[in-house]
Amino acid sequence: MTSPRLGVRKTYKLYVGGAFPRSESGRSYPALDADGKVMARPARASRKDLRDAVRAARAAWKDWSGATAYNRGQVLYRVAELMEGRREQFVHEVEATGAAGPAADREVAAAIDRWVWYAGWSDKVHHLAGTVNPVAGPYFDFTFPESTGVVGVVAPQEPSLLGLVSRLAAVVVSGNTAVVLASERWPLPAVTLCEVLATSDVPGGVVNVLTGYTKELVPWLASHMDVNALDLTGVPDDLVPAVEAAAAENVKRTVRDGPTDWFDDSAQSPYAIIDFMEMKTVWHPMGA
Amino acid sequence: MAKKLERREDRRPAQAGPWQYAPAPEARDIVAIKSRYGLFVGGEFVEPRSGRYFDTINPATEEKLAEVAEAGPADVDLAVQAARRAWERSWRDLPGRDRAMYLYRIARALQERSREFAVLESIDGGKPIKESRDVDLPLAAAHFFYYAGWADKLGYAFPGRSPRPLGVAGQIIPWNFPLLMAAWKLAPALATGNVAVLKPAETTPLTALLLAEVLQEAELPPGVVNIVTGAGETGAALVKHSDVDKVAFTGSTEVGKSIRRLVAGTGKRLTLELGGKAANVVFEDAPLDQAIEGIVNGIYFNQGHVCCAGSRLLVQESVFEPLLDKLKDRLQTLRVGDPLDKNTDVGAINSAAQLRKIEELVESGIDEGAEIYQPECALPERGFWFCPTLFTGVSQSHRIAREEIFGPVLSILTFRTPDEAVEKANNTPYGLSAGVWTEKGSRILWMTQRLRAGVVWANTYNRFDPSSPFGGYKESGFGREGGLHGLEPYLELVPANGSGQR
Repeated sequence: MTSPRLGVRKTYKLYVGGAFPRSESGRSYPALDADGKVMARPARASRKDLRDAVRAARAAWKDWSGATAYNRGQVLYRVAELMEGRREQFVHEVEATGAAGPAADREVAAAIDRWVWYAGWSDKVHHLAGTVNPVAGPYFDFTFPESTGVVGVVAPQEPSLLGLVSRLAAVVVSGNTAVVLASERWPLPAVTLCEVLATSDVPGGVVNVLTGYTKELVPWLASHMDVNALDLTGVPDDLVPAVEAAAAENVKRTVRDGPTDWFDDSAQSPYAIIDFMEMKTVWHPMGA
Repeated sequence: MAKKLERREDRRPAQAGPWQYAPAPEARDIVAIKSRYGLFVGGEFVEPRSGRYFDTINPATEEKLAEVAEAGPADVDLAVQAARRAWERSWRDLPGRDRAMYLYRIARALQERSREFAVLESIDGGKPIKESRDVDLPLAAAHFFYYAGWADKLGYAFPGRSPRPLGVAGQIIPWNFPLLMAAWKLAPALATGNVAVLKPAETTPLTALLLAEVLQEAELPPGVVNIVTGAGETGAALVKHSDVDKVAFTGSTEVGKSIRRLVAGTGKRLTLELGGKAANVVFEDAPLDQAIEGIVNGIYFNQGHVCCAGSRLLVQESVFEPLLDKLKDRLQTLRVGDPLDKNTDVGAINSAAQLRKIEELVESGIDEGAEIYQPECALPERGFWFCPTLFTGVSQSHRIAREEIFGPVLSILTFRTPDEAVEKANNTPYGLSAGVWTEKGSRILWMTQRLRAGVVWANTYNRFDPSSPFGGYKESGFGREGGLHGLEPYLELVPANGSGQR
């Protein structure tokens, strides 16, 4: 007589520099489903994990920001291809957050579509943000956007997948690299997204994802001197003053921009990309 | 001057004495300075509730020019209230065309009274009349003229978005380009439908107060622009005021960071234009004579009181010696002295405090082992002065290579390869500006891509234009002033109906 097959459970780990380490602290925390049942025990990242993630993001920035916009667009489009292939798993994990079957399906579809939408901006946002400036003198003068550098993204608590994708795609499409704090309450779709990223063509270190306690990690992200900008969309209101104050030390750019409806088209915007870009103006004399 | 500088014996003697020029002073009687100035609130000059006044002096002579009201928190509150009232009662709903008309009037008035403003700017701040006349004033007028035209065209600026004004802007400006910085702040704020409370720097309040007269004559609705004079505490009161919607600051990185902390968690919009330590990179194939002019303009323009000054000169090793010889010769021809003399190249240091800061950092350069050079340089007895100075043998760890001196002091470093130039240029927490000198076009663009700075001048330096966005990367701040990009910090961009998202 054969016993029913026991499934292989997944270990949910961090994603840093293209690898999947456990937290160096050896800690994990219980991720509960909507019914309060333990679904998994993802890693509870530490300050040290965060610093490792920033280092990986910085190391990856030069090549990612230096890649052609066409190349970045294709690499990110490829992510959507692989998400499509993993739809079932995403839907399963989103369902566990309490979204009924069709709602989970809708969120995953919206997340994939959003990824494609942002990927397409890689070689177009410059048309929107760049200018040629008619200065009063014999100079050629133009302004174009560039990536800011390493961006800390505090993902919204929910929707766990769509919220994360909406913010993250806007950050990395322009050449930034990211250190993401995943939704503390619903971390599993973020880890699965990492598995997609790891098997796509996105270079290791471009996206680094930490699971754990937001309150524990956010202060270190906010004060890290090698982080250039912060997406504070997922930071709880009561933490915002302290986080923004800590961000002053190296003049980080901070953005907090949660739409009322993540499914609506208004939740996607090229201006969300430009928020994490720097404008560079170049002058050169004209003369024969 | 500190002792060590006086006993410096190894200083290379000047090869020739400074050229003698007949004095060519600009007449100052075109300017009538009042003995006392109130605050400009609700369209009128008012006595400060604080009851306090401070002196503004001529840094070239140390003579007192006027007493200026010091705005306390109650005064700042009144100014913000006046601004709010003006916004709600008129300015917010005024058609863009009308806002444009006021801004055009202001631009024209500045052109008409440019001589008067230029002389006053030089008297109050110490900058050479040549610069206030040929740079500050034309640019200030141009800035108002440029943004005047935007006021009724904002709907075309941001595709898919409806622009809305924010409300009351608290604006704090520095002492290095007093009127020009007021123009950089006020013109875009007013064009976009905001109202303003402007705080000029405490050492250079007079041209902003003269601008208030221009605003009155232009019949700008009372309260649309309010001017509160005072020092850091006045600025802090403005930043902290709960009815201020937007803060714009130009000044030091240190103060910028403290403003960022004050604004944290308030939801106020913020732009910061802060310090710099720009690299001016000269390659061996650069046109050296042009580069020399660019280097001199880069660091000695406005006594080096320029946030984007080219204060770190990076020279390719192979041309270091000929370049240094030419640069020393050129320094010898710089005329230091009376700001009102039309021949003067380098005027007075803006304040005693700034002079002490420059001297302290120059001391540190000597102490840390860099080699100083100053041309023969006769300085007036009274007033605040500093000779154009350069340092060779500077290493990246020296304070004079890391800290913003904000004075006429150049630190020279060398490099061998383009990669090393990029590495050294970017080795700073600042990122406001940079310069590149080379005849090779592909190298200019290669450098331009890699320099982490908001403005890159290639084969030129210190060029400004109202249509050209200006602002920094990294710790030099965020947000842009000038051009299309200069509108955004003063607008909320609301998704437009049927915007191009489908």
